Amino acid sequence: MPAKENAVNHLIEIRDIGKDYQAGANTVSAIRHMNFQVDDGEFISIMGQSGSGKSTLLAVLGGLNHPSRGQVLVDSLDIYGLSSEQRADFRSEYIGIIFQSFQLIPYLTVLENVKLPMAITGISAKEQDGMARSVLAKVGLEAKADRLPDQLSGGEQERVAIARAIVNRPPILLADEPTGSLDSETAAGVMALLRQLNKEGLTIIMVTHNPDACHHADRTILVRDGLCLTQ
Amino acid sequence: MKLYHISYNNLKRRKGKVIFLVLGLVLGIATIVTLLSITESMTRDIEDRLDRFGANIVMVPKSENLALSYGGITVGGVNYAAQEFAEKDLVGIREIENRENLGAVAPKVLGAAQVMGRQVLLMGVDFAVELPLKTWWHLDGTAPAGSDELIVGAEAAATLDLALGNTVPLGGRTFTVAAILQPTGAAEDGLIIGDLHAMQEVLGKQGIVSLVEIAAFCRDCPITELVLQIAEKFPAAKVTALKQAVMAKMQSVELFKAFSYGIAGLVIFIGALLVFVTMMGAVNERTREIGIFRAIGFRRGHVMQIILLEAMVVGFLGGFLGFVIGNLIAWSVLPLVIPKGTFAGVNLSLGALAILLSISLSLLASLYPARKGSSLDPSEALRAL
Repeated sequence: MPAKENAVNHLIEIRDIGKDYQAGANTVSAIRHMNFQVDDGEFISIMGQSGSGKSTLLAVLGGLNHPSRGQVLVDSLDIYGLSSEQRADFRSEYIGIIFQSFQLIPYLTVLENVKLPMAITGISAKEQDGMARSVLAKVGLEAKADRLPDQLSGGEQERVAIARAIVNRPPILLADEPTGSLDSETAAGVMALLRQLNKEGLTIIMVTHNPDACHHADRTILVRDGLCLTQ
Repeated sequence: MKLYHISYNNLKRRKGKVIFLVLGLVLGIATIVTLLSITESMTRDIEDRLDRFGANIVMVPKSENLALSYGGITVGGVNYAAQEFAEKDLVGIREIENRENLGAVAPKVLGAAQVMGRQVLLMGVDFAVELPLKTWWHLDGTAPAGSDELIVGAEAAATLDLALGNTVPLGGRTFTVAAILQPTGAAEDGLIIGDLHAMQEVLGKQGIVSLVEIAAFCRDCPITELVLQIAEKFPAAKVTALKQAVMAKMQSVELFKAFSYGIAGLVIFIGALLVFVTMMGAVNERTREIGIFRAIGFRRGHVMQIILLEAMVVGFLGGFLGFVIGNLIAWSVLPLVIPKGTFAGVNLSLGALAILLSISLSLLASLYPARKGSSLDPSEALRAL
């Protein structure tokens, strides 16, 4: 792996990143130019309209989408200086992701979905079981461990997605519209859970277009047309 | 949770597709197993026939002067007697290296004698050995039960005006005609056939054998090897393999075998194509899933493992079921292909090969889809989310 850069105190540092896509003969900039930092234990919300570049930004932060320019430093490590396979290891170790619309594996039970990130680790079956059940208890779904995702409500599926994202105890949680498909009451419950996880030390970066969700964050970054407007 | 849990659960979920994939492989493997089993049974059948239907090696005295007419020999020549074998030496035939490949060993004595005023060729045989070998002999009457009974060839019977139950004076002894040999179109038609030792006595050739017919079939070694081994034991003998009969039959089997391989290859190719197309479709359908796997930290190798493990399970099932079904088909179809033929039996080595072939095919056909799936850029895959 490339050497870590010195004299950086932030957990995440976004340096002059940009992301362009080719649309036929035209080049479209999803992210034009962004700079910001996230410290360890922060709860950041990234807010913007559809097409503002916030989901692309989240993918870039998660090591999923190579930026056209700039650097993303996580724990002083330039993650796009890593090979694709090293970046996969980085994601496994550092990042928990909550996808929009939950994205649970339909043929795996709740417990198996939560264990999924541990399938590529050397953790024993017994330990995996303990960790998965413990995290399910934390999100209040221990009793539904053997159900399939389609037997759960939207809010419950979101909780399973959160449990899956944090089961490996990553330092960073990326959440893409975690309340986007939930009613307000369920959304409030999910936000309270995220807040709780943040209090326990988890750094959370949440993309949302819902201003109410931003109230739970320490800081909101407004994104429009691929630019950070305010921090 | 291990990667194989994901493969197993996915196979369980996509039962329809799995059944389709397995069926494709079963079709290919069952075809191969059926054809090979039938070919094997045909080969066995030929072996059995050769064992039952006569000799394929003839041992005669070495001679440059004698012309041959029966089993490679013509009698009546002036130098003939000097070239024959001692009967007691024939045990040496049973001492060759490949003795377990020897079936019947049928010694014969031949000689001319005056019978009822005519010169007739006499042949002495061991009826207990000879008759099972000459299954094409059809007798009117009964097989000789004692040393004073004869079989008379159809032509000889007509010439000498002999009928069943007639007596024939030979060398001071009286023999009874126990059977008339129906016309064979061969040298036997003109013969009078009697017990080996009785004919030796009649011809004055006690302990002498004119030629030996040997029934042998060597599955694992060429018949020429057997011939060489016998020739080494009997330097004064000319040992000849009647290869033509064996070769002609084996050639037919070989042709069928080649045809079987051709058909099997074609079916296997179609089966592999089926697996390839289905696997490609399955991988495309799983883009979203693969995106999730990659996003949560699965390496390309992990994704490949999941897909190839599924292919392996499908391949194993296809191979195993194909082998079982192929054998069942061969067993049920065989009576139609070889009347009175017997099924060669379940060949476990073929089973292992069939399963290995099926797994290899499934893996090969899935390799490209697996590589394609594992190489998906997580961000590309996640666009499908």
